[in-house]
Amino acid sequence: MADVETIERVREIEVDKYKYGFETELESELAPKGLNEDIVKFISAKKGEPDWMLEWRLEAYARWRQMTEPTWAKVDYPKIDFEDLYYYAAPKVQGDGPKSLDEVDPELLRTYEKLGIPLKEQEVLAGVEGARVAVDAVFDSVSVVTTFKEELAKAGVIFCPISEAVREHPELVKKYLGSVVPQADNFYAALNSAVFSDGSFVYIPEGVRCPMELSTYFRINEKNTGQFERTLIIADKGSYVSYLEGCTAPMRDENQLHAAVVELVALDDAEIKYSTVQNWYPGDSEGKGGIYNFVTKRADCRGHHSKVSWTQVETGSAITWKYPSCILRGDNSRGEFYSIAISNGKQQVDSGTKMIHLGKNSSSRIISKGIAAGRSDNTYRGLVSAHRKATNARNFTQCDSLLIGDRCGAHTVPYIEAKTSTAQFEHEATTSKISDDQMFYCQARGLNEEEAVALIVNGFVRDVIQQLPMEFMAETQRLIGISLEGSVG
Amino acid sequence: MLEIKNLHVSVEEDNKAILNGVDLTVNAGEVHAIMGPNGSGKSTLSYVLAGKDGYEVTDGSVTYMGKDLLEMAPDERAAEGVFLAFQYPIEIPGVATMQFLKVALNSQRLARGEGELSTPDFMRLVKSRAETLKVNQDMLKRPVNVGFSGGEKKRAEILQMAVLEPSLCILDETDSGLDIDALRVVAEGVNALRSPDRAMVVITHYQRLLDYIVPDHVHVLSKGRIVKSGGKELAQELEKDGYANYSDEAA
Repeated sequence: MADVETIERVREIEVDKYKYGFETELESELAPKGLNEDIVKFISAKKGEPDWMLEWRLEAYARWRQMTEPTWAKVDYPKIDFEDLYYYAAPKVQGDGPKSLDEVDPELLRTYEKLGIPLKEQEVLAGVEGARVAVDAVFDSVSVVTTFKEELAKAGVIFCPISEAVREHPELVKKYLGSVVPQADNFYAALNSAVFSDGSFVYIPEGVRCPMELSTYFRINEKNTGQFERTLIIADKGSYVSYLEGCTAPMRDENQLHAAVVELVALDDAEIKYSTVQNWYPGDSEGKGGIYNFVTKRADCRGHHSKVSWTQVETGSAITWKYPSCILRGDNSRGEFYSIAISNGKQQVDSGTKMIHLGKNSSSRIISKGIAAGRSDNTYRGLVSAHRKATNARNFTQCDSLLIGDRCGAHTVPYIEAKTSTAQFEHEATTSKISDDQMFYCQARGLNEEEAVALIVNGFVRDVIQQLPMEFMAETQRLIGISLEGSVG
Repeated sequence: MLEIKNLHVSVEEDNKAILNGVDLTVNAGEVHAIMGPNGSGKSTLSYVLAGKDGYEVTDGSVTYMGKDLLEMAPDERAAEGVFLAFQYPIEIPGVATMQFLKVALNSQRLARGEGELSTPDFMRLVKSRAETLKVNQDMLKRPVNVGFSGGEKKRAEILQMAVLEPSLCILDETDSGLDIDALRVVAEGVNALRSPDRAMVVITHYQRLLDYIVPDHVHVLSKGRIVKSGGKELAQELEKDGYANYSDEAA
């Protein structure tokens, strides 16, 4: 029932369409522009990393140098000059950096307050009673604060910036980092492996159900800066965790690069639910500015009966290149992918998933809802494959596209490969438009054009919204209304 | 309440004239029936009053509560109390009927400068209206008109009308696709909404609906004009003789 709020929010932002577009005035420490071995060493030294980590980075850097940018996606953008970027930016701090919230720069706290993200532990998400969410806040290249750490530690849960995990939990990081997305997996993953700055690390011990939602908020503030976060989540046997990531950036005329890597490992009987609300600055209606979002997200359902569920709401970024995938290695493992991808203005989205069935009786489910408006292009690209040993692998894919207006495009590119005759793969796809009749019907009942579009689209994506953690459903419904502002008329 | 003067309307797509000078005055508290053969312009009239795109008013005027109705957007008309019960209600997948009603009601209330209705008050309102119309709670949870039977769709339209409490109700062929039991339920619902400060325009092809919703005035629409007006007995006359006489008269 958030639609009335949608309406209010849509009205509010008529002046300033992208409400997260403000910039925080902070003195920053930047590494010199460009990328070479010295920059990699600089970043590693800044993080106080052990030698093995630096070596790992340098190895990735060497591999990256050999690689070329992929061009198979249906996105079009000017060539990125990787020498013209800053690879490290951090808010300047005195001494060792904040030990607790009291020591965090109040300007930073205000930034997160403006973004509606609670960093004080007694606070809860706006409008949600009783919901407690632990937050790791990443600002440009550093994690500024992680909340509820002590309480989580009591349950044995490790939730900290990955730079801290490298120092404090090297055995876990060494064992799992790069085990799902190898250093040289692809161009952007290799780049990330060389220069990743911060991100979250989560370890849920055997048999533990994580006592609260975990979340990370990423904010790119500094100009001409790439953000390369790295997230690693390990769910040990029989454990469960629900994790949410949110992303925003200021409005800038220049494009900013974001190349993240997320690795998930689920051992026997473990379950990870990973939700993303991606709202990077999409650029203006003429396509100026906006984030280039090149992300590699992959889960390894390593154990039997393990389960990983990806839910993503993609509304931002000028370019989105993102395929959260599942390797269904364990017998009876299960992968799920629920996606809402909205493009407006001149945004280009090429997103989808890969479900790679290796284990017996592994199953997967893909529900993708693409909404294209304005002059945007929205592509679903997906692979479902079954190895010859993956007997009785099952997949169900439903891929729906909704077009608003007649200048946008929706494309569906599914790949299906079955090497065992026992696999059962189903694929359903639809493409539809918001009909004039639907619009008129809503308007005749009192909704204005934008309210009508928001309502119809929220109905279209309902199956996916229901997969989101309760606390974020209302926010997402609002966001959908905002993203489609100006798409009619 | 509603004054239509010399209304000429053509379809934008092919410039085909559909209404050729309709005159009609509807006062508060009255129920008017508009009857006519297929293609006479009945549905066009209802769409133009509700503000659907695709029609061009080439001449004439429509005044509603002293305001120029044709100047208003469809949602403004709704907020001002104009309600069209659709002949073919539209499906909105994924949006629960209850949610749709709430958004519609609150949009109208906000447009009128009234506050939103709280969720408990809204639920009470819908529940009491639904009971009168024999609409069960299950139907309210289902997406708007999706998988509804013909009868359910029409009942849902009347339920929306009962919840939104409009001043001017336009019912476009509400009887089509209804069996006699459903027709009775729908008619009872409509009759329950009759009031001295509410007017109704009932558009129908057949007289049988008027056995249940007894009109104060009956008009015959043929070839885009009202060719005869009278009391409720006119409907019975039409039932006996058909529309043949009027087609000639208009020609």
